[in-house]
Amino acid sequence: MKKLTALILGLGLAAGATGLAQAQDNSKMVEDAIKARKAQMQLYAFNLGLLGDMAKGALAYDASAAAAASNNLAMLASLDQSRLWPQGSDNMSVDNTRTLPDLWDNIDDAIAKGRATAEAASAMAAVAGTGLEALQGQMGALGGSCGACHKAYRAPAN
Amino acid sequence: MLGKLAVVIGLAGLGLGAALAFTRSPALPAEQFAQLQPGDAARGEQVFWAAGCASCHSAPGATGAAKLVLAGGRAFETAFGTFYAPNISPDPVAGIGGWRPVDLANAMLAGRAPDGSHYYPAFPYAAYQHATLQDVADLSAYLATLPHDPTPTRDHDVGFPFSIRAGLGLWKAAFMPRGWVVTGDLPPDVARGRYLVEGLGHCGECHTPRNIAGGLQTTRWLNGAPNPNGRGTVPNITPAALDWSSADIVAYLETGFTPEYDSAGGHMAEVVENYAKLPAQDRAAVAAYLKRVAPQP
Repeated sequence: MKKLTALILGLGLAAGATGLAQAQDNSKMVEDAIKARKAQMQLYAFNLGLLGDMAKGALAYDASAAAAASNNLAMLASLDQSRLWPQGSDNMSVDNTRTLPDLWDNIDDAIAKGRATAEAASAMAAVAGTGLEALQGQMGALGGSCGACHKAYRAPAN
Repeated sequence: MLGKLAVVIGLAGLGLGAALAFTRSPALPAEQFAQLQPGDAARGEQVFWAAGCASCHSAPGATGAAKLVLAGGRAFETAFGTFYAPNISPDPVAGIGGWRPVDLANAMLAGRAPDGSHYYPAFPYAAYQHATLQDVADLSAYLATLPHDPTPTRDHDVGFPFSIRAGLGLWKAAFMPRGWVVTGDLPPDVARGRYLVEGLGHCGECHTPRNIAGGLQTTRWLNGAPNPNGRGTVPNITPAALDWSSADIVAYLETGFTPEYDSAGGHMAEVVENYAKLPAQDRAAVAAYLKRVAPQP
C-alpha cells in the first residue's frame, strides 16, 4: 500500500513537474519571441529612417545608401516569422507586448498583411536607388502597409 | 394681484416658447443655395476624404474598396450611450438616395434631419458647420456615385434622458462653437489648414477635451483628451507638446511614420489613409495651422 501511494505520488509529482517545466519553457519561448519581433521592428525603423528622412528632405538623397537600406528592409520583411507569434504572446497573456489577441483570431488576415508589407518593401527596393522622386512615391504605400497591421492588431500606446 | 399673475403666465409662456423653439432645428436659409455651382463629384471626392466620411460610415471591418460602401453600422460607445453610424449610401430606401444637396447641408452644417429633428453630435456637425456650401454640393454629387447598400440603419442605444432628441437644441445653443477657434487674418495655407482641422477634418473631436455635457472645451483646443473609444489617451498636438517639424507632420499624414519611424495604428491610421489621398499642399496646410495653434502644455 505504501509502495502504491509512493508510486502514485511519484507519478503525480513527475507529471506536475513536467507540466511546470513546460510552462516555464513556454514562457521563455514567449519572451524570446516578443524580444525578437520587437528587434525586427527596430531594424525596420532603422532602415526606414534613412529612406523617410531622405523623402522628407531631412537628409540629402544618396542613391547607394537608399538602395542598401531598402534592400535591407525588403530582406527583413521577407524573413520567416512563424516562430515570432506563439500562442500566449498577446497583451492579455503577458505584459510587455502591445499585440492584441485579435491577431490570432484573424491569423490569415495577419499573414496577408505581413505579405503586403513584404511586397511594399520590395516595391521600394526596386526604385529607391533610382531617384528621390521614385523613393518619395513609394513611402505612402510602405507606411500604409505597416499601419494596416498596427491598426488592426496593436493596442494603443497608453 | 391679477397683474402679477398675468406677468408670471406671460413669462412662463415665453420660457416654454423658448424651450420649444430648441426642440426643432431651424433649416438653413434657402437663398444661400441659389448661387451654388452644380456639384462636381471629382471635387466632392476630395471633400469626402478630408471629412473622413468612410471612416465612420463604412461597415465595421471594411477595408479597401469596401470603404466606399457606406452601409453604416459602426458602433461608437460614449458616456451617453452607444451610437450607430447610419447608412448614407445612395440607396433610396435604406440610405440617403432621396436627399437633395440642401438636406446634406442641413445635416452637416446644422445637425438637422430632413424631418427637422436634431442629430446627435456623435455626428461632428459642430466641426462640419464650417464647411462651405459648395463643398457640400460637391460632396453630395460624389456620394451619389457610390454603391447602393440595403442595410437598414440601426437605432442608437441611448437611455433616458439623452434619448429625447428635442433636448439637443439646448446642447447646440450651449456648445456648438461660434466661429473659428484660431481667429484673425491668416495666410492662405494656414487658413486652408484651419478649414481642414477645425472643419472637415474635425480633429478637435478627438484631440480636444470635453465638458460633462460632451461639448468641446475650446479653451483647451487640441490639448489632448481621453480616447473616446475607452482605451488610452489622444495626444496633445499643440506646439507645446508636438515638437515635430512641419516636414515631420506632412510625412506623417501621408505615410503614418512618426519621426522615429514608428507607424501609426488605431484611429490615426484611418486619418492617414484619408489624408494620404489629398494633395500634398493640404497636408502642408494642416502642418502650417498646427504650428499656429495656441501652445498648451
